[in-house]
Amino acid sequence: MDPPSSLKLLGSWADSHTHRVQLALKLKGLEFEYQEEDVINPSPALLLHNPIYKKVPVFLHSDRPVVESVVILQYIDETWADNPIMPSDPFERADARFWCHFAEDKLAPAVGAVFSSGEGQKAAVDQVHDNLKLLERELRDGAFKGQRFFGGDKIGLLDIVLGCGSYWLAVFEEVMEVKLVDPGTFPVFHAWLKDFEEQNEVKETIPAIDKLLEYARGIRQMMLRLSNGTSTTVPATAGTTGAINVAVDGSSG
Amino acid sequence: MAAAAGEVRLIGGWPSPFVLRARVALNLKGVEYEFLQEKFGEKSELLLRSNPVYKKVPVLLHHDKPVCESMIIVEYVDAAWAKSGQAILPADPYERALHRFWAVYIDDKWFPSMFGIAKAQTEEAKAESVEQAWAALKLLEEAFEKLSKGKAFFGGGTIGYVDIALGAYLGWAKVIEQMAGLKLFDEEKTPLLAVWAERFCAHEAVKEVMPETEKLMEFAKMLRGK
Repeated sequence: MDPPSSLKLLGSWADSHTHRVQLALKLKGLEFEYQEEDVINPSPALLLHNPIYKKVPVFLHSDRPVVESVVILQYIDETWADNPIMPSDPFERADARFWCHFAEDKLAPAVGAVFSSGEGQKAAVDQVHDNLKLLERELRDGAFKGQRFFGGDKIGLLDIVLGCGSYWLAVFEEVMEVKLVDPGTFPVFHAWLKDFEEQNEVKETIPAIDKLLEYARGIRQMMLRLSNGTSTTVPATAGTTGAINVAVDGSSG
Repeated sequence: MAAAAGEVRLIGGWPSPFVLRARVALNLKGVEYEFLQEKFGEKSELLLRSNPVYKKVPVLLHHDKPVCESMIIVEYVDAAWAKSGQAILPADPYERALHRFWAVYIDDKWFPSMFGIAKAQTEEAKAESVEQAWAALKLLEEAFEKLSKGKAFFGGGTIGYVDIALGAYLGWAKVIEQMAGLKLFDEEKTPLLAVWAERFCAHEAVKEVMPETEKLMEFAKMLRGK
């Protein structure tokens, strides 16, 4: 096994993409050095290793950087073969990758829109519901039917990608006072999420909900102050966008 | 390696760069497949059933099981026909990570800037998109130097993952070059990529399926006329 100093992660404590990598490393039993980044003021190391996107997470293996969380997860899986997080069948791998793409491309932006939109909130909530319906159907009747996790009996790539981010659903439900994951409407998804969040490695990775609530409330206050209480979508500024991006769909990573 | 008739089908449209990616991958592996050309302006029942989430081409059907998203299809083809032809993704995990990263970058940064040139309503907007496209290509030129290790393609001696990701856009890049009156793959700005572009288009696995520039121009004019 590599010495701890050869694995390093530049991340941000409230960033779901960082959590994905932390969780994967934990599941693989890999020790690593963690460096907390201020996303508004990236460190020289971050700028050096991710000059194109300048964002977390950045994974360093013997000083060689890997960026983009889904790319990082696959790199980790392919480098350390024990406790695989990808299925072995090519078709199942393609399916896992497809739904990861869906999570980043459709679900995450919709969830973000719930948080950041003013008048458009109802439309954003509907979008989230439409996307959850697709996942619910896949869990209930489709490729993942009858499985405990998307990865099978154990957590896999898609669980990590969807799970690290889905905790924001509960946070936004409270802060924005909307219903996103109604157990009656999305029973299978709801059950999967609860099961996922109960896993030891997940509990060790994801920050406590009150910290996330405090964080989200803080950003919300800032947004409302900026918009002077008018209910329009807050114009993007480096601070809020950075913070929201970190909170929601990830710093691109 | 020939597949049994009906075993491999690809739903697509001839002008789509994303469909082209799938076709190049299948050709590289010598896979025989049935090409199901979608009618322009309509979506077939089969497409809607096979890709209910996005309702878009390409969709690969292997033993009737659908695979969607162009680069996911490329990686699937590489794995499913691992014993045929050359590997599309390299064997080394770090190199694989680099190829995957650049493919994300190409779709994320290069494609929107290229497309932005075509969509631009004002000269300023067009000029900005052109600058962004050239800046992206400069980065890709450096990536090419690093990944090709002096050989012909991003994949080294053979067409690889990044070659397919970027090369698929070459038909449309030529159309935009003509329409905008400029060179994107400029021998002076990005000499390695300028040569690579010609080489890619001339490759066995590509030349039969890369749409002709004149046909794409006509298609583009038709779209604008709509």
